[in-house]
Amino acid sequence: MTLETTPALPPRDHALRLLREMLRIRRFEEKCVELYSAAKIRGFLHVYIGEEAVAVGVMQALVPEDAVVATYREHGHALARGLSARSIMAEMFGKLEGCSRGRGGSMHLFDKATRFYGGNAIVGGGLPLAVGLALADKMQGRSRVTACFFGEGAVAEGEFHESMNLAALWDLPVLFLCENNLYAMGTALGRSESETDLVLKAATFQMPAWPVDGMDVLAVERAARRAVEGARAGGGPCFLELRTFRFRAHSMFDPELYRDKREVEEWKKRDPIPALAGALKKAGLIAEADLERMEGEIAAEVADAVAFAEAGSLEPVEELERFVYSEVSPR
Amino acid sequence: MSALGGAVPAAAAKVRVTYREAMRAAIREALERDPRVFLMGEDVGRYGGCFAVSKGLLDEFGPERIRDTPLSESAFVGAGIGAALGGMRPIVEIMTVNFSLLALDQIVNNAATILHMSGGQFNIPLVIRMTTGAGRQLAAQHSHSLEGWYAHIPGIRVLAPATLEDARGMLWTALENPDPVLIFEHGTLYAMEGELAADAGAVEIDHAAIRRSGTDVSLITYGGTLPKTLKAAEELALEGIEAEVIDLRTLRPLDADPIVQSVSRTHRAVIVDEGWKSGSLSAEITARIVESAFYELDAPVERVCSAEVPMPYAKHLEEAALPQVPRIVAAAIRVMGEHG
Repeated sequence: MTLETTPALPPRDHALRLLREMLRIRRFEEKCVELYSAAKIRGFLHVYIGEEAVAVGVMQALVPEDAVVATYREHGHALARGLSARSIMAEMFGKLEGCSRGRGGSMHLFDKATRFYGGNAIVGGGLPLAVGLALADKMQGRSRVTACFFGEGAVAEGEFHESMNLAALWDLPVLFLCENNLYAMGTALGRSESETDLVLKAATFQMPAWPVDGMDVLAVERAARRAVEGARAGGGPCFLELRTFRFRAHSMFDPELYRDKREVEEWKKRDPIPALAGALKKAGLIAEADLERMEGEIAAEVADAVAFAEAGSLEPVEELERFVYSEVSPR
Repeated sequence: MSALGGAVPAAAAKVRVTYREAMRAAIREALERDPRVFLMGEDVGRYGGCFAVSKGLLDEFGPERIRDTPLSESAFVGAGIGAALGGMRPIVEIMTVNFSLLALDQIVNNAATILHMSGGQFNIPLVIRMTTGAGRQLAAQHSHSLEGWYAHIPGIRVLAPATLEDARGMLWTALENPDPVLIFEHGTLYAMEGELAADAGAVEIDHAAIRRSGTDVSLITYGGTLPKTLKAAEELALEGIEAEVIDLRTLRPLDADPIVQSVSRTHRAVIVDEGWKSGSLSAEITARIVESAFYELDAPVERVCSAEVPMPYAKHLEEAALPQVPRIVAAAIRVMGEHG
C-alpha cells in the first residue's frame, strides 16, 4: 500500500485550528523542556516535538463521547483532546491542581471529563484497556469509538498481538493508532522486528490497515475520519500506521547515540508545523501577522499555565494514602 | 461473631451443595441481578469452565455474557479493566493463578494503579477469579499458591473463600466493590460438599472469621489449608489442646485485629499457609503478631508452609512438600510445649 496524497486545504477556520493546535503542543513542550532543565519538572519527560500532526489530526475525527488511550509521550494527545494547559502543567509540577492531582506526572495524564484514559507508561499496556473500553461500548449499544495510541515499539509486545486479535475477533470499535517514529527508545525498527511492514502485520488480524503520512496533519485527519466512520458504523477495529519522527531525544536522559544527526535534520525538513503554515500562506489563507498573533496567544497561554502551576498547592502529606481504594461507591 | 455476615434465619432450609455449585450459583445470581455483569475467560462457555464452575451458564445467558476468550491472559484481563472503566461489571476468570502471571502487567500496573495515578478519577469495578494451589499432582507449573504475592499490592483486594458460605457469598459483594477484587479458589475445594442455607447470599468481605473457638493456641490460615487446619484442631482436641482456628478470608486488606486478639487470648500462634515461607503472607502475619502482640506470646510463632521447592509431580513428594495435618498438629504441640 502507498501513502495517501495530501488532501486539499480545508476551510480557513479549520486549517487555522489545526495549525494552532500543533503550535500549542510545540510551544508547550518547549517550555516543558526548559522547566525540566530548571528542575521544576522531574521524573521522566518524553516530548512529542515533531509528531504533533498525529495527535492533532486524529482528535479532529473524535467526538467528546469517544475515549482516548495514550502512552507516556502524551502531552500532545492530552492538549489536543482538550485537557487544559494549566492542568497538564500543574500535573508536571506535582501540584494538587494537576489533572491527576500530582499523582501521575508527565507520563500519567488522566481526565474523566474528556474520557482521557492515560498516560500509560508500560509499552503495549494500554492496548488491552482500549479493547475493554470498546467492548463496554459495544455491549451497551453505544456508537462510541476508542482511539488507542501506541508507538511502533509496542508492536513487538505480546499485548499488541493479543489485543489486535481480540478486537478483530469481537468486532470492537478500536482505532489502533501506531505512531511509527522509527525508534523504540534507541532501537531502530529493523533491529526489533523481523517484518518491518507494520501494515502487513496488522492486516493479518483481518482488519483494515493502511499507512498514513504522519507529518501531514491533513492526511492524518482524513485517515482518522475514514477510520472512525468505519468503526462507528460497526465495521470493527482498524489500524493506522502513522509515519512520523521525534525531533528530540527519547527522554531528558537520552544522549541520542543510536541515530545520525543527519537523519534528524532530514526529518526536520518535513516539520508538520511550517509545512502547514507554508501551505496556508501560499494559498493566501493567512498572513505573517496572523502567525505572529497566534504565537502571541499561545505564548500567553503557556505563560499562564506555568504561572498556574507555580501558584498551585501541594497535596497535604496526610492525604498520601488516598485513592488506593475508592472513597465513595459509584453505585 | 458474625463470621458469615449475611443474616441466615436459624431455621432456614438447607441444601446440599459443593463449593463448585455454590460458586456457580453466585455467578448466576450476579448475572441475573445486574445486566452489567458478564463472565469472560478461557473455556468458560462451550467447555463449561476448566473446573466446570460455569457449566451450563452459556445456555442460560448466551455468548455475549458468557464470553469465551482466546488464550490471551493479558488482553482479556486488560479488556476486563477497560470494560469496568466503560461501565460494565466484568467477572474475569483466569483458569489458574499460574496463568495469571501472563496478565501480571494488567493486574499490577493497571488494575492496581489507575485509581491512584488518575488522582481518584477512574475506579475499576472488576472481579478476577482464579484457581490456586497444589495437591493434584500437577507439578511445578500448575501448582502455585501466589495469592500472597497479590496481597502485596496496594490497590487490589484479595479474597480466599474457603467455605461454602464464602464461595456462595463473596462474589456479589466483590462485584459491588468499586475497586478490583481478586478471588482465589483453591483447586482442592471445588469438590467439597456440605450443607448450605437455601437462601444463602452475599457475605461481607472485610473481616477474618473464627471457624473454631479455642483457648490454647491460635491456628491462622485461609483457603485450601482451612479444612486441613480444622482437622488438625480436632486431633489436637483429642490431646487436650483447644485450638482456635482463624480463617483470614480477606488477604488484602488484611484484617489483623482478630489475629492479634486471638493470640492475646491463647498466647501461641501457628500459621498455616500453602505459600512458601520466604517473603510470604505467613511472614507478614508473623510480623503483625510480633508488632502488636509481642509481649502476649508465650512461645515463638510457628509456620507450616510449603517446602521451598518447585512443586514435584510424584505423589509422595508433593504430599511431603505441602502443609499436612500431622505437621500442623506437631507445630501446635511444639508451641504448647515451650511453656505448656
